[in-house]
Amino acid sequence: MTPRWKFWLIGGLVIAVLAAAIYFPILRRRVKRAAKLQQQSEEQARRELTQPIAINPGDPRVKTKLFWASDTIESTLVPVTVELPLSNDPVMRSKQVLNTLLAGPVDAELRTLPPDALLLAFYLLPDGTAIADFSEALATSIPSGIVSEQLAVNSIARTLEANVPQVQRLKILIHGQEVETLAGHLDLAEAFVVNTKPAQPSVKPAPAQSSTDKPATPASDKAPAPAPGPLTADKPPGKLAQPERKP
Amino acid sequence: MVSPSQAPSQTQQPAAGTPPAASPPATSPPGGVAGSGGSAFGAQAQQAGLNIVVLDPAHGGTDPGARGTGGIRESEIVLDFVIQVRRALELQGFQVVQTRQGNENPSFDDRSATANAQRGAVFVTLHISSTGLPGTARVYVNSDLPPVGDSNGLIPWDRAQAPFLGLSRTFGDLVQGYLTQRFKGSPDAAQTASVRQLRTTAAPAIAVEVSSVTVEDRADLDRMAPGVADAIARGAAAFKPSYVVPNTRGALP
Repeated sequence: MTPRWKFWLIGGLVIAVLAAAIYFPILRRRVKRAAKLQQQSEEQARRELTQPIAINPGDPRVKTKLFWASDTIESTLVPVTVELPLSNDPVMRSKQVLNTLLAGPVDAELRTLPPDALLLAFYLLPDGTAIADFSEALATSIPSGIVSEQLAVNSIARTLEANVPQVQRLKILIHGQEVETLAGHLDLAEAFVVNTKPAQPSVKPAPAQSSTDKPATPASDKAPAPAPGPLTADKPPGKLAQPERKP
Repeated sequence: MVSPSQAPSQTQQPAAGTPPAASPPATSPPGGVAGSGGSAFGAQAQQAGLNIVVLDPAHGGTDPGARGTGGIRESEIVLDFVIQVRRALELQGFQVVQTRQGNENPSFDDRSATANAQRGAVFVTLHISSTGLPGTARVYVNSDLPPVGDSNGLIPWDRAQAPFLGLSRTFGDLVQGYLTQRFKGSPDAAQTASVRQLRTTAAPAIAVEVSSVTVEDRADLDRMAPGVADAIARGAAAFKPSYVVPNTRGALP
């Protein structure tokens, strides 16, 4: 190799190294930015999918019963009455009450569902079977045990029973999938009976309140009396309803 | 595993101090299938009694069950409990079969299969909860299931518990009664819940859940083990006279 060729070869290599040194940080920044954008769009998509159903102030205000844990009787539920503007559409209404239930009471100790659990989707079949699809957190973050799992499912079923008469049965999915148990104990293979009474076409709205009224909160409107008896399958209305054949 | 044919003679009497025997269960469940106690096999079927208790320490293997802040793992504690329950049952004359001996995690169906392979057995699955009033114990029986109405004499696997719900309730109430005597604050009667493990078990079956892994000291739970063991053994002994098992495999109670 002549000295002239050596010069050009070394020069070319030096230029390539310099170009790489300049370009590499730029490339790294671009990759990071792309990853961040992807993350943001996933988060955005998740937010859009799981966005709590907006409360329409034009909807009639309805006395809504939400079932959270009792602070006086261990492992039982109590109805907490709040006034919410609820849709007359049973699917929308179910989403509204379940999202309020998931948001939890003021006293976090009385939660029945994990704070990070989300309602991903809700469907109502013509035969009255509701399909509620929750995020994985419902199964992974709930305290393991028959008591706690039963309390969680009962709070969902009884809240639907009290507020959405069109829901006759409830099938729970986790992240779109059928699962055997909620967290190792409670059987989710079957649908739970929610309402045995025929559905009412509509629910009477509560009397209108002036805008100066104190807004209702779960804690301030807590009903004094606990729901009668422990939650068992054969003690209506608190039953963890009997499973049925798979829909 | 114990073969039913190796069962001891049925002369065992309920322990002293046991409550009066529960009233005999219904002879046939609603919609009972052909082959149930009094139909297909009729008077020719010899009757056998309860002689085997299948104990199921829940969870195990990669599934630790409930976990306490102090490192308490449900799967380990229930295995320790089972040792004491087994001893108490053997003192009452029962043979004991366990669904797991060590840190394995058989599936729900495998555990049920262990029980369903026995005849004249009852099934007890043991759990420690994450919540509930510490120092109490609850008995669960399965929620109502659609009756088995098939005419082919077979019990559907996924509803195997259905014909035994009445017996399970009787057995559960007896065990709960003894537990409540020992552990104040426990319910007076067995509760119902859709417990997955019970649904596929073709025998009188209960879940016993002790509260809870939230105790600061594991010794608090260990101290409950003898009382839980005694309650289950006495409950099984008291239940024994009310459980007459047809001598024909596959026949319903």
